[in-house]
Amino acid sequence: MALEHADVLRAAHLARLGLSDDDATHYLDDLGRILEMVDRLQALDTEGIAPLAHPLDATQRLRADNVTEPDRRDHFQRCAPAVENGLYLVPRVVE
Amino acid sequence: MHDKTLTELSASLAAGEFTSRELTEHQLGRIERLDGALNSFITVTPDAAREAADHADAARAQGDAGPLTGLPVAIKDLFCTDGVLTTAGSRMLADFVAPYDAGVVERLKAAGTVSLGKANLDEFAMGSSNENSAFGAVKNPWDSTAVPGGSSGGSAAAVAAGLAPAALGTDTGGSIRQPAAFCGITGLKPTYGRVSRWGIIAYASSLDQAGPMARTAEDCALLMNTIAGHDARDSTCVARGVPDYTAELAAPLTGLKIGLPKEYFGDGLDPAVEAAVREAISVYESLGATVREVSLPHTHYAVPAYYVIAPAEASSNLSRYDGVRFGHRCENPSDLVDLYKRSRAEGFGEEVQRRILIGTHTLSEGFFDAYYKKAQQVRRLIRQDFLDAFQDVDVLMGPTTPTPAFDLGAQKDPVSMYLQDIYTIAVNLAGIPGISVPAGFVGKRPAEGRPVGLQILGTHFAEQRLLNVAHRFQQATDWHLRRPELAEENA
Repeated sequence: MALEHADVLRAAHLARLGLSDDDATHYLDDLGRILEMVDRLQALDTEGIAPLAHPLDATQRLRADNVTEPDRRDHFQRCAPAVENGLYLVPRVVE
Repeated sequence: MHDKTLTELSASLAAGEFTSRELTEHQLGRIERLDGALNSFITVTPDAAREAADHADAARAQGDAGPLTGLPVAIKDLFCTDGVLTTAGSRMLADFVAPYDAGVVERLKAAGTVSLGKANLDEFAMGSSNENSAFGAVKNPWDSTAVPGGSSGGSAAAVAAGLAPAALGTDTGGSIRQPAAFCGITGLKPTYGRVSRWGIIAYASSLDQAGPMARTAEDCALLMNTIAGHDARDSTCVARGVPDYTAELAAPLTGLKIGLPKEYFGDGLDPAVEAAVREAISVYESLGATVREVSLPHTHYAVPAYYVIAPAEASSNLSRYDGVRFGHRCENPSDLVDLYKRSRAEGFGEEVQRRILIGTHTLSEGFFDAYYKKAQQVRRLIRQDFLDAFQDVDVLMGPTTPTPAFDLGAQKDPVSMYLQDIYTIAVNLAGIPGISVPAGFVGKRPAEGRPVGLQILGTHFAEQRLLNVAHRFQQATDWHLRRPELAEENA
């Protein structure tokens, strides 16, 4: 599956990564070769093999539905770029 | 002091030969003098270190000291540290002061250790040379023209240079074992889930694992006693008893069955590395072990499977860096999408962007089954290779890396750099533990050259056995006692 310039720009948009046309050209060759290396997997017959998501086959643990976290909003917002009255500031979304 | 192992330092502090404050000052002095050239630390925290050392000395005076009380450590800058800059080696987090401690950092603090600071790494732990750090490359203490390995390159270099007697690292595809091999130290990647990942900046969550890096297996055992164990805040951390990892270190190796995977001794292995590793294996035979060849038939599919699974998980994990809640934010965003796109393009370095793009592409509509599902199926085959091998042998041995440390700037092609991790990557896919121990030197300088690592692998939760097998080797050899000559040291 050869990778094209438009595929790089599509992935960049999905990942919200601001790439210019030149940036995409820059990455195209490396990404193509990485996918070529990855394509070796296609040579293996994996019919009937269950995908392995967790090396110990563990499943997600459940816990009681209790509140365990105190409110530390001010503390955690200290590392935010822009905050006002406990809210994160972003550019206007709705005009 | 800096030539002593962590275990020896623990005994010296207990015997009152020197205080933690004196030891800490000594290490801080070495960092001050020597790290300008090595660049193994991103952040040094002298004030906090002195305070922790004084606290440890006071605790000892009151008879309240454990084995790690007052011992200095370096912490890979991927672990969140409350109130201390935590960068992950990225411009994205260049100003990020973590609001809490990682679970493992909490445990080390509670045990009375003294953190000297945060060690350099490849950005978001993505790399095998430490050249992907936004804070500059780290030099290998054995040869300043060589890389220290990665991604825990700063941790490995700091221990090798005697700037810290031990360090915390993380290993997603070899990031503890490979730099340990390149820098001539001992590094253990525990079983997936053995050590808490809570508060470790995530790269690939089904592969990431934290572990100790130190001079000796004995030192790694001492650290494992504190860092291993259940943490309810990491849902993949295993609730299982923690043995005393130091208890069986000296157990004899008579009858130990060693398997040598034939795929780990094939094309691409530097003959001088192979010679050193085979010499190490003959030491085991003299200690009473038996050796046989085994096969891990899917070995050559491990790097391809990893470069689907790890970037896929990374692209998801790194979506949290949105320029809103924390991390880098671009100037004057025109709208929300512009804010996301420019903040991320400016904050992430090239290798991180490359992996985000690969992961996003392989997870996107129309490609998921062909890549991600396929890679997870292959992952099961790779794990089965190891489980089959451990039916017949107790441990597997081979080189940690195909070559010794390469030159800074020498690996320009990402794919050829990825393929260098062939012996370490399958271990993370299988979730088993592995340790790298110093096993000789090869290379350019006639006197010493660059270190070689012997990798020892065991089945899930076999850390105690691995540490025992590594320790007995270190009782019979002195490779782990060699020290690099640092030019600046004599200046």
